[in-house]
Amino acid sequence: MAVTTERPTVASRTPGAAAPKNRKRHLPGGWLPFALIAPAVILEILIHIAPMLVGIWISFIKLTQLYIANWGAAPFLGFGNYQVSLDFNSALGASLLQSFAITCAYTVVVVAISWIIGMAAAVALQRAFRGRAIFRTLFLVPYAIPMYAGIIAWKFMFQQTGAVNHFLTQIGLASANHEPFWLIGGNALPALMTVAIWKTWPFAFLMLMAGLQSVNEDLYEAAALDGARPFRQWRSITLPGLGPVNRVLVLVLFLWTFNDFNTPYILFGVGNAPPQADLISIHIYNTSFQNQSFGLGSSMSVLLLLFLLVVTGIYLLVSNRRAKDNA
Amino acid sequence: MKFSRHKKLAGAIVGTAAIALLAAGCSSGSGAGGSTKGATLTYWASNQGTSLANDKAVLTPELNKFTKQTGIKVKLEVIGWNNLQTRINTAVSSGVGPDVVNIGNTWAPYLGATGAFLPYDSANMKAIGGQDKFVATALATGGQQGKTVTSVPLYGLAYGLYYNKKMFSDAGLTPPTTWEDMVTDAKKLTTGSVHGMGLEAGSYTENVHFAFITAEQNGGQLFDSAGKPTFTSDAVVSGVQRYIDLMQTDKVVDTSNAQYTNGTEASADFAKGKVAMIVNQDNAGPNLTADGMDPSAYGVVAIPAPAGGQQVSSGIQGINLSVFKNTKNQAAALKFVKFMTSAATQGVLGKPYASIPVLKGVTPTFTSDPVIAKTFSDIYNNRSKPYPLVPLEGAFETNVGNALNNLFATVATKGSVSTAQIKAALQAAQDKTNAAG
Repeated sequence: MAVTTERPTVASRTPGAAAPKNRKRHLPGGWLPFALIAPAVILEILIHIAPMLVGIWISFIKLTQLYIANWGAAPFLGFGNYQVSLDFNSALGASLLQSFAITCAYTVVVVAISWIIGMAAAVALQRAFRGRAIFRTLFLVPYAIPMYAGIIAWKFMFQQTGAVNHFLTQIGLASANHEPFWLIGGNALPALMTVAIWKTWPFAFLMLMAGLQSVNEDLYEAAALDGARPFRQWRSITLPGLGPVNRVLVLVLFLWTFNDFNTPYILFGVGNAPPQADLISIHIYNTSFQNQSFGLGSSMSVLLLLFLLVVTGIYLLVSNRRAKDNA
Repeated sequence: MKFSRHKKLAGAIVGTAAIALLAAGCSSGSGAGGSTKGATLTYWASNQGTSLANDKAVLTPELNKFTKQTGIKVKLEVIGWNNLQTRINTAVSSGVGPDVVNIGNTWAPYLGATGAFLPYDSANMKAIGGQDKFVATALATGGQQGKTVTSVPLYGLAYGLYYNKKMFSDAGLTPPTTWEDMVTDAKKLTTGSVHGMGLEAGSYTENVHFAFITAEQNGGQLFDSAGKPTFTSDAVVSGVQRYIDLMQTDKVVDTSNAQYTNGTEASADFAKGKVAMIVNQDNAGPNLTADGMDPSAYGVVAIPAPAGGQQVSSGIQGINLSVFKNTKNQAAALKFVKFMTSAATQGVLGKPYASIPVLKGVTPTFTSDPVIAKTFSDIYNNRSKPYPLVPLEGAFETNVGNALNNLFATVATKGSVSTAQIKAALQAAQDKTNAAG
């Protein structure tokens, strides 16, 4: 984090002692750092902070289709939108709760399986062997394909007469003329999870593969000499060695997956997500843009934001404490 | 340090919804055109032809005629149906939009209620040629009940029951005149891989039209006189049940139709002889021809009502034309509306767009078959009812349409839905609709 201002040519100087002196000399007037950081701060405010504040404001007003031409005329509701969203006895609250539960299940399954596959692939490719580069490239393909193209391909495969059912019929798991549906009804969630895992695991693989580069090879040799089997080696050397990577990776995967919008939006089509796979991002989108209850949609967004802040906060507190304890 | 960064990350990701909301305020859109008088109008057209490019090809010669007549240039943008409503809402909320726009006529009440469109009061109506030139029922879809209309009809459409002539004659059947006959015929025609009927059962915009038609046939109303939804009334529930039963108990519709979402799969099945009947708006012709079905191979009758029911076979479907109130070219925009709703232009566009004339005394050009032309004109003029002219109509379409999608999906994947489930689904749709008001 410390700013090193010394020139690399001055090799003999001790960095710690020289740095503060140099910094003063190089920044006359003190305005330069502010000028340099100003564009970032202004953009941050414009792109992140201002829309969030507008969103929070909208959550307190009755911004429906009747007021979109004149936001100022929308009646102020206080916490009215929140009351509707959180009234789990009403149709709206109940469907939000259901959507939340589905999203939680979706997130747990997708993150867990993506992580497991990513880890397995990273470990498998840890040691150098002939053709390793080919596998590395191959594994990253789902991540490299444009997301829309990939998901649309899945959409075709999941049609009733698509490749998935054809395959299942061939191996005897489905009968011809009674092929299961994958994009409507109860199978929609597993189908959605499959696509999400397909597009998520290469990222886990990439991160873990990079993390593995920093694990000392000698430790494996020493462990092998001590008679540790591969699983024990993985548990006692690989996993602790990947601790910092995992902490960030799991958090990022959790946030991305919980907020996943593209996968269901493309897989099911606009407004066509079945209730069994009604992820919260789609639920909020439909409330806002299909039903044009922007106030209600915003209140749901704010609730989601609060939930994710709490989860993220707890996660980081716990994982940081554990990291310190282990240190 | 790390903590706050991740908090920000979380916030940023969740804030996407908020950004999307703000984006509604600053998203692009064509500007309001030239501001000098008689310069350039921006016109958003809906997708009526076989593709956006086709629309452009169909409209451009007409727009050139208009420019020649008046000296007013028109900047055309054709927008697909999946984007049009969002684009219009964006234009309404930001105040930056086109001068003239096509709308689905069922959006007219809520868009009228936003106050973003120019009301066709007596002066404006006179400027476009007077209200008497329009078919009265078509003009009635132009806005909220009892208020000055904010849109005028442009293209009229109506539902009909298309049947395969050969399949009917081979089975010794005549086109049905009651719903019960239709089901009996469909059962007879359901053999092997052929089904009696095809439905766009996964399309909420199609499904909601049948929630309306069946409710009307049962003598029911979807909204009470105060504009409040009444989706759980017996007439509505039993109408929806009757419609769902085509797949559920009558089994004349294949369960695969629950995944038909884009409005053309059922007509493709019909063209290929996989189904004997479809319910479709009168613009099915070009698609059927494209799929290889000769126009002489099918006939059309009105979608029948149950014996003793109200003779309603269609909503008054169609496209309306509106002018944005904040246009800087109001006079030019009204001239353009007058041109588009003139008998000459309607005659030209009626054929490629397969639209029913919205003007009195104009000969339909949407089909070369005089019997079909007469059938649809009769349906449009005598057997159609306007969709509810209340601001909550849009929410009704979304919520009831999706409820029906899900009911069909349940039938397809689990085999059945009970009347209680249908009522519960409609109750949920009603609650959501109420929340939108």
